[in-house]
Amino acid sequence: MNSFEAFKDPALCRALLERLQKEADTPYRFMEVCGTHTVSIFQSGLRSLLPQTITHVTGPGCPVCVTHESEVACFLDLATRDDIVLATFGDLMRVPGPKGKNLKTAQADGARVEVVYSPVDALAVAAANPGRTTIFLGVGFETTAPAVAATIRLAREQNLKNFRVLSFHKLVPPALAALVADPDINIDAFILPGHVSAIIGAAPYGFLAEKHGLPAVVTGFEPLDILSALLEITAMRASGRPAVVNAYTRVVAHDGNPVARAVMDEVFIPVDALWRGLGVLPGSGLDIREEFADFDALRLPGVSLPDVPPLAGCRCGEVLKGKRAPNECPLFDKACTPATPVGPCMVSTEGGCAAYHKYRLEL
Amino acid sequence: MDKVLLDYGSGGRASHRFVADLFFKYLGNDILARMDDAAVLSLTGPVAMSTDSFVVDPIFFPGGDIGSLAVHGTVNDVAMMGARPLYLTCGFILEEGLPMDDLAKIVASMGQAARDAGVRIVAGDTKVVPRGAADKIFINTTGVGEIMVDPAPSGHRAAVGDVVIVSGSMGDHGLAILSTREGLSFEAPVVSDSASLAGIVGKLLAAVPGVHVLRDPTRGGLATTLNEIAGQSDVGIELTQADIPIHPAVAGGCAVLGLDPLYLANEGKFLCIVPEAKAQAALATITADPLGAGAKVIGRVVSDHPGKVALVTPLGGKRLLGMLEGEQLPRIC
Ligand code: SF4
Repeated sequence: MNSFEAFKDPALCRALLERLQKEADTPYRFMEVCGTHTVSIFQSGLRSLLPQTITHVTGPGCPVCVTHESEVACFLDLATRDDIVLATFGDLMRVPGPKGKNLKTAQADGARVEVVYSPVDALAVAAANPGRTTIFLGVGFETTAPAVAATIRLAREQNLKNFRVLSFHKLVPPALAALVADPDINIDAFILPGHVSAIIGAAPYGFLAEKHGLPAVVTGFEPLDILSALLEITAMRASGRPAVVNAYTRVVAHDGNPVARAVMDEVFIPVDALWRGLGVLPGSGLDIREEFADFDALRLPGVSLPDVPPLAGCRCGEVLKGKRAPNECPLFDKACTPATPVGPCMVSTEGGCAAYHKYRLEL
Repeated sequence: MDKVLLDYGSGGRASHRFVADLFFKYLGNDILARMDDAAVLSLTGPVAMSTDSFVVDPIFFPGGDIGSLAVHGTVNDVAMMGARPLYLTCGFILEEGLPMDDLAKIVASMGQAARDAGVRIVAGDTKVVPRGAADKIFINTTGVGEIMVDPAPSGHRAAVGDVVIVSGSMGDHGLAILSTREGLSFEAPVVSDSASLAGIVGKLLAAVPGVHVLRDPTRGGLATTLNEIAGQSDVGIELTQADIPIHPAVAGGCAVLGLDPLYLANEGKFLCIVPEAKAQAALATITADPLGAGAKVIGRVVSDHPGKVALVTPLGGKRLLGMLEGEQLPRIC
């Protein structure tokens, strides 16, 4: 068994589940803030095994789901332009924009869209398309932002003139701050994202415990990681001493990854950003700094964030805030299915609605 | 003669030479050699027929190529109806400029695959389209075979209490294609399982009467195939995740790419659903064949949640294993 399989070890998991069963006597609702956690909790079957006292609420942790409808409209507009090649991670291909269009249908209409596995691959797309501008769709959290920043720096080193990034990056701590400031929010504890924290460390989440008295644990994605985090939360609630704990020390250093943060700071600057369902959150997005303006797709002529009314009936905002379970959205599995998604939460691989649709047996 | 030219599809002398030099050389048999407008076949009893078009990219991949795949794919579909595949037709759509060497390799590989599967290619067609109008080569094959058992296995016959067996590891073909296409390499090489299942299925049907369902989980993988069967038979299916064989290299590659091997295509594996009393005999027959060496019982047919497939995870949790929507795409983080 290699070290990663050890974190899936069913026997150990069952032992932890039994402990949790015994120790979790005061009920609590926990939210995870990372789509990979959402998927892991469902996919491993963990959700069906949690003690009755513990309620799992999916949160705003999928970068695709929090991309604002105006941002989606913006890149779909770009897709219609002859002078542009879009390079994107696969996740964005099926995200519905206004009138139900998405990058897949745009591609069928002749748009040039290339799915890449790393932002650096987009430089090769640019090199292969000299007559056009290649735009990489920078959608993601702190996890992907450093790699995109490094790609922009590399593009400058290579003196690439036809490469730009549409930076719709979002930052997790400001979103959490907005979430917990909401008086209607009904969350007792958080599971914090492993990948994001590998970059920023655990310190930026301190306010959850200090200001709001909420226990929170940075943890990995295997069932054992998640179970250990739940036990930790249970213990903190019993002792009445909430804290932000880093339980993922095999990957997350207390201060995160300074090299990654440095390149992110060099290329990006925090700005207020639009979040789907949450509105404008101060300091929660990343724009490209003036020094790298030549690589900023938002500064291309004719590029703007169009005004798009929120999708009628879609409860993405409430789902992302954990106020409503996906199946409590009136459109869930009726008008909104993976084949006919109304909101991105239904098509993104890490979306809460998609997870409910895909993994919940009792539906 | 190093590239396919538009002339070769003209129907004139150039196409005759092209067909004679290449296709007859590798695929020839007495029926094809008659060169009449249609093949004359002798078949008795009920016949199974299936057609499929192959547009795979890349056309050469670890473990096979589009030619052998075009034979295996259709032969296997016919075999899954409990039939002995006997005859195939093949239609080629060739892009002008395709290297002749590549085409020769593909046709030779088809000929070999057909001989191995015990089928004869008895009719064919070739069209050449201008550069850009097709991607190198597309092949359509249609196959027919005589059904050997009555009642024939069918997706409608899964019954509560039956056992689900797969003949080996899942997802090999899908990941081999994807990793070649994207230029990804993993620690261990991933090789397609493309193979004819006619032989092994023939042995199974002879040794174990009363097989309820036979299916090859091609596109959409095991998960999609079982969902189809659950729907057709209006039964629930429950799988034990830990029992589903997956090659470690495939599991590793899927973990990196964020893909689920249960949704990846297989081209040399089948699943069968048999009454529980026959499960051991079926498993013994399948594992005795090299193509079924990795066979396992992976689950059973249940009366709960009709139309749905449930997966019991290694933790003991139970969750839905739904149908694939669209194609699987690698994830963002
Ligand atoms: S079910 Fe569809 S419409 Fe409802 S919140 Fe989810 S994505 Fe939006």
